[in-house]
Amino acid sequence: MSGTFVGMPAFPEAAREAVADPTLRGNLRHATHTIRAKRAAAVAEMSDWVELREAGRRIKDHTLRRLDRYLVQLEEAVTAAGGTVHWAADADEANRIVTRLVKETGESEVVKVKSMATQEIGLNEALEAEGIRAYETDLAELIVQLGRDRPSHILVPAIHRNRGEIRDIFRAEMGEWGRPAPEGLTDTPAELAEAARLHLREKFLRAKVGISGANFMVAETGTLVVVESEGNGRMCLTLPETLISVVGIEKIVPTWRDLEVFLQTLPRSSTAERMNPYTSTWTGTRDGDAGEGDGPRTFHLVLLDNGRTDTLADEVGRQALRCIRCSACLNVCPVYERAGGHAYGSVYPGPIGAILSPQLRGTGSEIDASLPYASSLCGACYEVCPVAIDIPEVLVHLRERVVEGGLVTREGNKVVLKPARGHAAERAAMRAARWAFSRPGALRAGQRLASRTRALHPRTLPGPGRAWSAARDLPAVPAEPFRDWWQRTNGGTTEEGTAK
Amino acid sequence: MSSRELILGRVRRALADVPPDDTPYEDAAPRGYLREHGARGAEETVALLAEHLADYRAIVHRCGESELPSLLARLLAEREAATVLVPTGLDETWLAESDVTRVADRAESDAHELDAVDSVVTACAVAVAETGTIVLDAGPDQGRRRITLVPDHHICVVRAPDQVVSSVPLALERLDPGRPLTWISGPSATSDIELDRVEGVHGPRTLEVILVG
Amino acid sequence: MRVALFLTCVNDTLYPETGRAVVKLLTRLGVEVDFPMAQTCCGQAHYNTGYRHEAEPLARHFSDVFEEYEAIVTPSGSCGAMVRELYPRMGERARAEGRGEALAATLAPVVPKTYELTEFLVDVLAVTDVGAYYPHTVTYHPTCHGLRGLGLGDRPRRLLQAVGGLELVELPGADECCGFGGTFALKNPDVSAAMGADKVRNAESTGAQVLCAADNSCLMHIGGTMTRLRTGMRPVHIAEILASTEREPAR
Repeated sequence: MSGTFVGMPAFPEAAREAVADPTLRGNLRHATHTIRAKRAAAVAEMSDWVELREAGRRIKDHTLRRLDRYLVQLEEAVTAAGGTVHWAADADEANRIVTRLVKETGESEVVKVKSMATQEIGLNEALEAEGIRAYETDLAELIVQLGRDRPSHILVPAIHRNRGEIRDIFRAEMGEWGRPAPEGLTDTPAELAEAARLHLREKFLRAKVGISGANFMVAETGTLVVVESEGNGRMCLTLPETLISVVGIEKIVPTWRDLEVFLQTLPRSSTAERMNPYTSTWTGTRDGDAGEGDGPRTFHLVLLDNGRTDTLADEVGRQALRCIRCSACLNVCPVYERAGGHAYGSVYPGPIGAILSPQLRGTGSEIDASLPYASSLCGACYEVCPVAIDIPEVLVHLRERVVEGGLVTREGNKVVLKPARGHAAERAAMRAARWAFSRPGALRAGQRLASRTRALHPRTLPGPGRAWSAARDLPAVPAEPFRDWWQRTNGGTTEEGTAK
Repeated sequence: MSSRELILGRVRRALADVPPDDTPYEDAAPRGYLREHGARGAEETVALLAEHLADYRAIVHRCGESELPSLLARLLAEREAATVLVPTGLDETWLAESDVTRVADRAESDAHELDAVDSVVTACAVAVAETGTIVLDAGPDQGRRRITLVPDHHICVVRAPDQVVSSVPLALERLDPGRPLTWISGPSATSDIELDRVEGVHGPRTLEVILVG
Repeated sequence: MRVALFLTCVNDTLYPETGRAVVKLLTRLGVEVDFPMAQTCCGQAHYNTGYRHEAEPLARHFSDVFEEYEAIVTPSGSCGAMVRELYPRMGERARAEGRGEALAATLAPVVPKTYELTEFLVDVLAVTDVGAYYPHTVTYHPTCHGLRGLGLGDRPRRLLQAVGGLELVELPGADECCGFGGTFALKNPDVSAAMGADKVRNAESTGAQVLCAADNSCLMHIGGTMTRLRTGMRPVHIAEILASTEREPAR
């Protein structure tokens, strides 16, 4: 298993392997079903969930519509509180900025809070290439890092691993990175958590540089918010001398008060808790107005675009930027449950990944062009989304982009996309069907032909039809279509008889 | 062009299709949600806080003002704590009956020193009943954020009912965003193994909350 | 009341017995049913596969065929959702593409008067006991577009519970998708088949003889999986159960 997503096969091929892996299927089924019922119960406690969801949607939409103004306001507030703001147009630029900032401290290692943005830009690999070691401190990220694996879930990147596999990874790999796993480590979750505590503690205590993302940035106050469970976030945010936060530009909310919505909806949607164990908020540095000599001396905020403004340019697709990364959509998704996170070929798996990745990266690669189809459009994702992202709507919109091409924005420029290759036969079939369906006579002729030849129909199909008949029998074609019966029996009013 | 100008320019171009909308922020989002869930008296709110703290494995005690020093002494003794971290502004009477070595919260003490301390006693800024949360704002009786993080045992004293609010919205109203805040709901925990919650990772594995009053 | 039966192209071609059942049921309830012969397809498969522009003529054709009726009834949650939810969206998109109001105006009349069958029965006719008799053990699968798109809620279950002789048993994981998803079944066959197999295993675990749903597209996938897995269960559209009576039982 490689640590990157480069050259991923299209979703259906990647999913095929996952579907055939009984351990993976079992792990995913167990984990997602565990959280589903809990989330439903946590949400049901809130009689005003509908209103909170609507407020969350509207606050995010309002912010996105004025994103330029709020970004500038945020920059002013963070700077006034003693922080330094950097702007990164793409992953390379963000990585260069962070690498430079770390080097300026003279340190060669950093501790990291789990952060989707830094995974998205491949920060660890970029730092490694410059001789800087990044230690992941979230338990699941640690499992992924030690296992030289890839994340497969937004909240729980090691969801594809069960406790036995985690124990094996800890036993085999912890010694390579620092304190080895305790003798006789078993697979009980409490012991595994304890092993991680011991392994990481020495790293926290000596760390001079911390790197994080953020769940929210408050424009009016310059406050950043990190929501977490384990305390690794608190360690990275408070113990080091220097803190570098890499945050997507869409993570802004206008005011402090807006947090009252998201701090209610995020934990319940995410870990199904009334509140996550730890939430940290900070404004600038310890030398700021009320910092009280507490926390890092130096604070850098790197604002990341990396495809977000391109996504913002799409009037249907921009709603994906409302996402608060709760992962509720992954946990309810029947496709995610079977295909697993790796099949999505991105740090953003599941339904939200299927609409984010092809927008952030474009639909040029095989995997990105296949992601909009990685859904049965069942709508479970939309139903649970705490900011009401209509994921099925965006999926269908992106399918259109794949098959029809058209005007899109890439790296800030308008470009005309050609229809994707590989859809020619489908396009011809869709056109033919549209032609027939526009002419009831043609439809009827086809139906009659099917009925007359029904004795000859096989139960399985060759060629592309095998996609259906490999696992499912074909329905039997009836002796006559309904419309013939309707006409023959005058709408069922005369004696039925049988079809000729 | 700087990346700042580049990104801001991209944002403005991306929004070119959006009709000008001068709805002020105050009217942009409907605030039809509740300020708090259900009507409760002060005592019921404190009881709910206790219940929700316990749900997530915090150990909850209740006592009167005069009983606090003896309760703290008992809890520290039961823990067999030899040393206890004390924020500079903590009420001195609280630990009057404890014969545990006190360690002051000093700006220069490093993480390794803190790691050698057994327990920490703090006050809090506000507590949230609906979510079972205590919030620290690094005030003088709470200390720097790190002192409630590195030691494995945290005792937090909440003045009930004055410091207890029902809900997250009511808590945010009371807090100053300029201060570094730590919202704590139970001991450190993780859901990273099979999406099932386990208590006890990097933060204090034992959280005791005393509701005084 | 004179209503149009919008049967859907799949039912017309492959499941005429469902159409006959709807006619029988509605006629029994005193509704005058017409089947406009010019009807074809609502365009759902086109739209959901990314061919919105190919779907537009079909939507316009639908509107031409059906707009004169008081009510349009369809025994398909997904085709009903196509008209109700996605026709307005097609109009909006055409507007956003600078093509004016024409499409939205053409499609608008049919949107509010299109009903999925169980909605029509419960909401418009205000009946839950339709006088049906069906002496079998049945489990009900709420299909996604009916459940989450149209918000059918407990309407189908209330109708089934009122059927004489019918024992309704709970389907574990009922609200999980069966894995059909239109062209999804062909584009992601492995995941689709795995979802179908899980749905069928859940259905089997109920001990029911019949799995009932309000959409034959999903039943085609579930039924095809059932026979392949040799379960002995059979898929039956809800219209056929509701049309069945003691005097004229379903086959």
